[in-house]
Amino acid sequence: MTYLIQGETGDWEVVIGLEVHAQAITNAKLFSGAPATFGAGPNENVSLIDAAMPGMLPVINEMAIEQAVRTGLGLRAAINKYSVFERKNYFYADLPQGYQISQYLHPIVGEGVVTLDLSDGSTRDVGIERLHLEQDAGKSIHDQDPKRSMIDLNRAGVVLMEIVSKPDIRSPEEAGAYLKKLRAILRYLGTCDGNMEEGSMRADVNVSVRPKGADELRTRVEVKNVNSVRFVMQAIEVEAERQVEVWEDGDEVVQETRLFDPNKGETRAMRTKEFAHDYRYFPDPDLLPVRFDDDFIERIKATLPELPDDKKDRFINDMGLSAYDAGVLVADRETAAYFEDAAKGRDAKTVANWLTTNLFGALKKLDKGIGESPVSAIHLGELVGLIEDETISTKIAKDVFEEMLKTSKAPGDIVEEKGLKQITDTGAIEAIVDQVIADNPEQADEVRGGNDKAIGWFVGQVMKASQGKANPGQVNGLLRAKLLG
Amino acid sequence: MSLTKDDVRKIAFLARIRVPDERLEPLAGELNNIVGWVEQLGEVNTDGVEPMTSVVETETPMRKDEVTEGGITDKVLSNAPDGEGPFYGVPKVVE
Repeated sequence: MTYLIQGETGDWEVVIGLEVHAQAITNAKLFSGAPATFGAGPNENVSLIDAAMPGMLPVINEMAIEQAVRTGLGLRAAINKYSVFERKNYFYADLPQGYQISQYLHPIVGEGVVTLDLSDGSTRDVGIERLHLEQDAGKSIHDQDPKRSMIDLNRAGVVLMEIVSKPDIRSPEEAGAYLKKLRAILRYLGTCDGNMEEGSMRADVNVSVRPKGADELRTRVEVKNVNSVRFVMQAIEVEAERQVEVWEDGDEVVQETRLFDPNKGETRAMRTKEFAHDYRYFPDPDLLPVRFDDDFIERIKATLPELPDDKKDRFINDMGLSAYDAGVLVADRETAAYFEDAAKGRDAKTVANWLTTNLFGALKKLDKGIGESPVSAIHLGELVGLIEDETISTKIAKDVFEEMLKTSKAPGDIVEEKGLKQITDTGAIEAIVDQVIADNPEQADEVRGGNDKAIGWFVGQVMKASQGKANPGQVNGLLRAKLLG
Repeated sequence: MSLTKDDVRKIAFLARIRVPDERLEPLAGELNNIVGWVEQLGEVNTDGVEPMTSVVETETPMRKDEVTEGGITDKVLSNAPDGEGPFYGVPKVVE
């Protein structure tokens, strides 16, 4: 499993830490009553506070505090009952205040842990360093005018949770698994929609390399704003390889911020800003420290849903699923809920099978999410029920399933309408068996002559004659009795 | 603690204040006076005293998560010198 880069001087290990900016789900912004939603016209969701008009004072949105605490609990992290908002000072056109209100020495959430589900079914813990609250900046648009950049402040002041991992990640695969798991946890909690394409979850990747077996941490490079799981994995790969080359050439990796270019498959240095990292943090005099008590934390704890790790354990231990299937089903909250609805009173393994192979395959072809599935959870459960009580065979069930995809009808109705009910009446099956034997005397002689394999051919013929409705077990028994008995 | 001419140049740059070279030395002197004055506070023993965050003992006021503002694009942009349509316009920032 170890991910190593083969250099000319030996093997190199990669050390990765991720900083994820997750936009918290709130109605209003962190310090103003302007809408925190997307889709409005430019500069419509802007209050005088967001535009940093002189004399305007920020007032904390209580929901931001709640969402941060809820997320902290979901990350099994220490919750700090005392935290402080500070000013991070820098100049940029989309930051009207001239500083970002963030948290520095006293973040609202401390150390926690995220458990990765890796592709071989194993798990690995990655430490969380901290989670803090901060304002998002506005958006600069560079392509509308040759001489100017246009600024839209709709996003300025929206609530961000910056979630910083420890440098515990050792491969691109683990980085991908970390992002997926973090996204799943945020979605379960309802604290962030986790949509990387729309930018409501953004990742900065810290990468360094060191000779295999070394304990030292070498100079790290920050790769900015990589906006998909796949790009994060690619960016790590190419950046780590670049660093190995730099060290092996006898040079030093410099601490800098680089941008990943997915088209060229390379990272490149951002224009270095002198003193860029001198943010001169100090406590924001406009805001008092945030304090809350244990009751506040307990009240939020009481509203937490069952999280992916607990759900996975329950699926494995109580419902008998494999670790892999359980992992796949809990990765998405909607899928897990669908599965649980469908599996109510049915054999969980059979339901999981239908879901992960048949339904997932069909939805992929239709390019639909589980929320838009033409087959409802109740109906999928009913279909499995019809197999369990032998109303239909698994083979017929596949045809019924196809029909369900097309019409969204209940499986029972489809079986009724099309007359697909399995024939279990021995007399009726016997009649078909007799007819098939009578029609195929040569093959019958073959079987009687000792060619056991030919009996499979007869089963096929009988099933065909019954349009798949005969119970295959009974057919087999009857054929054996008649031809060999 | 004593500020040098170079410190002053750096502070001025970070604050985006243009300071002519011949003003750096005198400014360093002035700033050192201020810092020195404030440093008198170091004489007070503050062992075991929590940092004071406000002159009044009060809880942080918080707002409900309700949309109460927005939709004032004209007002928000009314002081922008180089705007266009519903946008602020600024000198091109290229990264």
